[in-house]
Amino acid sequence: MHQFTVQHPEQGEIIYQDRKRYLWLVSLLYPLIALSGIGLFYLTGNQWVFVVPLVIAYIGISALDWLIGEDRNNPPEEIVPQLEADAYYRWLPILTVPMHLLVLVIFAWFIANHDLGLPAFLMLTLTAGLYSGLGINTAHELGHKKPALERWMARVALAASGYGHFCVEHNRGHHRHVATPEDPASSKMGENIYQFAWAEIPAGFRRGWACEKERMERQGKSVWHPTNEVLQSYALTLVIQGALIVAFGWIMLPFLLLQNFFGWWQLTSANYIEHYGLLRQRKPNGGYEHCQPWHSWNADYLASNLLLFQLERHSDHHAHPTRRYQSLRSFPSLPTLPTGYSGMYALAMVPALWYRVMDKRLLALPHIAGDFDKINIAPGRRAELEARYAGVSVQQPAVQEA
Amino acid sequence: MAKYICPGCGYQYNEVLGEPREGYVPGTAFSDLPEGFVCPDCAVRAKEDFELVEE
Repeated sequence: MHQFTVQHPEQGEIIYQDRKRYLWLVSLLYPLIALSGIGLFYLTGNQWVFVVPLVIAYIGISALDWLIGEDRNNPPEEIVPQLEADAYYRWLPILTVPMHLLVLVIFAWFIANHDLGLPAFLMLTLTAGLYSGLGINTAHELGHKKPALERWMARVALAASGYGHFCVEHNRGHHRHVATPEDPASSKMGENIYQFAWAEIPAGFRRGWACEKERMERQGKSVWHPTNEVLQSYALTLVIQGALIVAFGWIMLPFLLLQNFFGWWQLTSANYIEHYGLLRQRKPNGGYEHCQPWHSWNADYLASNLLLFQLERHSDHHAHPTRRYQSLRSFPSLPTLPTGYSGMYALAMVPALWYRVMDKRLLALPHIAGDFDKINIAPGRRAELEARYAGVSVQQPAVQEA
Repeated sequence: MAKYICPGCGYQYNEVLGEPREGYVPGTAFSDLPEGFVCPDCAVRAKEDFELVEE
């Protein structure tokens, strides 16, 4: 087993063994989940087996979270520079990127060359979208890094779902305005995921474009200049998805439109659950306080965190956006979701259940303690929500609320 | 020509080098950066947060 060691002037030799080091290799195996439905179809001949990857994603991963449980292991800070410099960790997300394109091409080929009913077409297309959505998460990990190769690979991963503005929008928009009413990618209490997505997805396109336009103008270039990073990723989408239409015919049009949208839906689901209702306070000068650890919802389940490059350690990600996945840390007493992201994505699709689980948990957070002034609330909903939760105890620990 | 550091991620703005990728040419003084300037690497610390590290 690989060990990291460092000589500390006061503590002596610090030794750290990363137990997850080789578990991260599973990120390269996720295409097998996406392709499992196609494999099972060849074994059984039954088109309903195409639902298997969707069930694995929404229910199977949640079951694994429940079975395997939480992982609170953190690397010592003294070891972090070595972890960050380790090429093994650096290359894994990079090597994941071609997988996203490969899987997209395989699904396109399969759909074009098999006589499928509408349910089979839909299940396959949603599965392709699910995996492209995972590609947005891979791009998220890569797009926060400084080296040009990683930023380029992020743009390639985004091309699989036509979401090329994401890294610009996310890094320069979401991270700056997170947990404020000005951020369309931070959800508000009383806002369901469908209302959220309706506003967030188009706003993301607009904000990403506007941020990149500003950067190009500062350089004295037109927004249409080939160094526009949003355009570069869109151009890749045009080439890849255009080639699929040319190669496999017009069936690709509904396939690509739906798979792209479902990829975006995965990212929107993450945005919806990561900051629900959390609000940064105004400083005396009118600006917002810096994003604090209690401005993100966290989950620390091993299975779903392996799937998402530890995105669920979200407070540390917002505190240190350039920190690599292998170094992100878990902290006690942070806003915590009752299960991993996969399960929460499913829960969010049923708004009544979402509110039932999350609203009391939000109100019970120690820094909020029932104070609606400290919550990011959907416009016009405050009086109704205050009436609904009047008299609800907020004294119990959040973990017991749901 | 001075250097300023982002207290969040350690990015350094070097006035000699500027930050051409963000459109700030070499020689751009830190004081001439717009008030809306945010750290080009982490984007979570603004101009007012940067600390002078070297004159």
